[in-house]
Amino acid sequence: MDEVHVAAPPRRSLGAWLLIAVPYFWLFLFFLAPFLIVFKISLSQTAIAIPPYVPTFDLAEGWQAFTDSLSEFSLENYVWLTEDALYWKSYVSSVSIAAVSTFLTLLIGYPIAYGMARSPQSWRPTLLMLVILPFWTSFLIRVYAWIGILKNEGLLNQLLLSLGLISEPLVILNTNLAVYIGIVYSYLPFLVLPLYASLERLDGTLLEAAEDLGCPSWKAFWKITVPLSLPGVIAGCFLVFIPAVGEFVIPDLLGGSDTLMIGKTLWVEFFNNRDWPVSSAVAVILLLILVIPIVLFQNQQQKMAEKEG
Amino acid sequence: MAKKSIGPVRREFSPWENTDHPPFIEFRNVTKKFGDFVAVKNLSLKIYEKEFFALLGGSGCGKTTLMRMLAGFETPTSGQIFLDGQDLAGIPPYRRPSNMMFQSYALFPHMNVEKNIAFGLKQDKMPAAEIEARVAEMLRLTKLEQFAKRKPHQLSGGQRQRVALARSLAKRPKVLLLDEPLGALDRKLREETQFELMGLQEDLKMTFLIVTHDQEEAMTVADRIAVMDKGELVQVATPSEIYEAPNSKFVADFIGDINLIEAKVTEKTEAVTKLVSVVDGFAIECDQETEANVGDTVWYAIRPEKVRIAHGQTEPGVVNQIGGIVWDIAYLGDVSIIHAKVGEDEHDTIRATFTNVSRMVENPIKWDDNVVLTFDRDAGVILAR
Repeated sequence: MDEVHVAAPPRRSLGAWLLIAVPYFWLFLFFLAPFLIVFKISLSQTAIAIPPYVPTFDLAEGWQAFTDSLSEFSLENYVWLTEDALYWKSYVSSVSIAAVSTFLTLLIGYPIAYGMARSPQSWRPTLLMLVILPFWTSFLIRVYAWIGILKNEGLLNQLLLSLGLISEPLVILNTNLAVYIGIVYSYLPFLVLPLYASLERLDGTLLEAAEDLGCPSWKAFWKITVPLSLPGVIAGCFLVFIPAVGEFVIPDLLGGSDTLMIGKTLWVEFFNNRDWPVSSAVAVILLLILVIPIVLFQNQQQKMAEKEG
Repeated sequence: MAKKSIGPVRREFSPWENTDHPPFIEFRNVTKKFGDFVAVKNLSLKIYEKEFFALLGGSGCGKTTLMRMLAGFETPTSGQIFLDGQDLAGIPPYRRPSNMMFQSYALFPHMNVEKNIAFGLKQDKMPAAEIEARVAEMLRLTKLEQFAKRKPHQLSGGQRQRVALARSLAKRPKVLLLDEPLGALDRKLREETQFELMGLQEDLKMTFLIVTHDQEEAMTVADRIAVMDKGELVQVATPSEIYEAPNSKFVADFIGDINLIEAKVTEKTEAVTKLVSVVDGFAIECDQETEANVGDTVWYAIRPEKVRIAHGQTEPGVVNQIGGIVWDIAYLGDVSIIHAKVGEDEHDTIRATFTNVSRMVENPIKWDDNVVLTFDRDAGVILAR
């Protein structure tokens, strides 16, 4: 009986370390450093100044001034977030709008990805091209275009009225429905692409084997195709859900005044109230809301993989 | 003189000799076209219950298409397929009483060994206790007990092959279809598994249909072999008949190694045919009837192991004796294949196999030695052109 051997990890050369250092350096420069700046601002207080918060660091004033300014930091802004219902309502509403949109995107995206993966080989590059095609037009212009379609005297209502399906224009623009439409439309490719990749890899003989063993094809879809495409589903859903939670443009342009999303709240805090510390605190909490569940989920996945392996 | 039989007899099993015996699987005038390409051409074939039957042929000969039509993955363009008296037309694969072992094994990667084997049983809504018992039996049969909880990617190639086998046997199908089942295994494991397959087939008393391009595999495992070429059956016979009495140049050439000598019929009686080689003019006498007429050109086909080789010169007037010069020697360990040049042209050679029965040889055959090749009157076969 032959055993599966696990090779010891090879010693890495200097070149290999340098290669790994590149992405880490990138992450440090464009992710960790900005995050630390935002985190620092979230611990500061507003002030009528440029920039509009204190304390600020000035290297010229020396080490003493630096440690003094550290003592001015406080968690006051975070406490404030818990005191005003606006914030937690915005978070809950953002997460729920993002969750519903992700689900709707999956509902529409799965059949698209499935159809693409099962289409003749020669069509696939064209179909892939069509999925990516919207990216060639500015995101903002495409969202504006939806205003033209969804507004009361817009294309959709005109069409439905002329067909006699409705007698009065539907109010879609400036409602949550318009936000869902906007998010589903904008993020569909992000779900379709990873899902298509995992469906395309699926070995067709597995479905034949299932059918050979007495499983009709509709059942084989649920027993074989769906479980095996799960990694693609998860990747796609993350790619839709994460940016959708923090989405600002779509709710601002398509949503109504009562559409509460954290991106909008943050905008108002930052630009209208010029309260950089509070908006920074909002951003930090948003990051934690997104990162903590994903880290837990991945740990869980890893544990399951290790249990099997 | 005792009646001679062709080759060794493995088991007394030959329902095909009895014309009244009902076939278990029958292809009746089956044709399959893919666009303009004819994969299977008006093919009729009967396979009997408990038979181990092999479809043998090169790639693109239609053997896999034939099996896939039986499994239900392809629909015949015309013709009928019967299994145990039932016309299979219109019956989807999931309702056919056959199971298939796929060339790629097609194990479900998200299920462990146990669940893979149980998959087909669950589709039949078999009670859980029975499923458990059947899976345990299959695991024992294929010696996989200790791997029951492993997933396919944690198994070696040989283990995966056995899981695939266990899964396709679990439902006790009327016919087990094996699509190049051992192609991915190394030689030693493949030979072992061939005998395991034969044992399983005997024990389970099932009908096995194997598709393979490996002639040794087909000859080892099968009761009968169908040699296919370009969508048609060329010969359907037992392995020894296929080897010793090929019905055409194609089969003779496809199975094993053979010398094909172009010869002219000089004289024929009911039992004896006399030939003369076209190129080199040596005389052949053969205890065999032929449909060819005197003066016709035919192929005289003789296997290298049936040609004896020794140092020496030909004697005048003796038939089935050819003089030659050793042109090349291939030493394979168990045997040596000697290429003897019998004509002027260097390609005009006859191959003779020499079994290396002793380790030390006093007067070995060397390059450029004068040798004489002899063979028995029933050693070769006459094949019409």
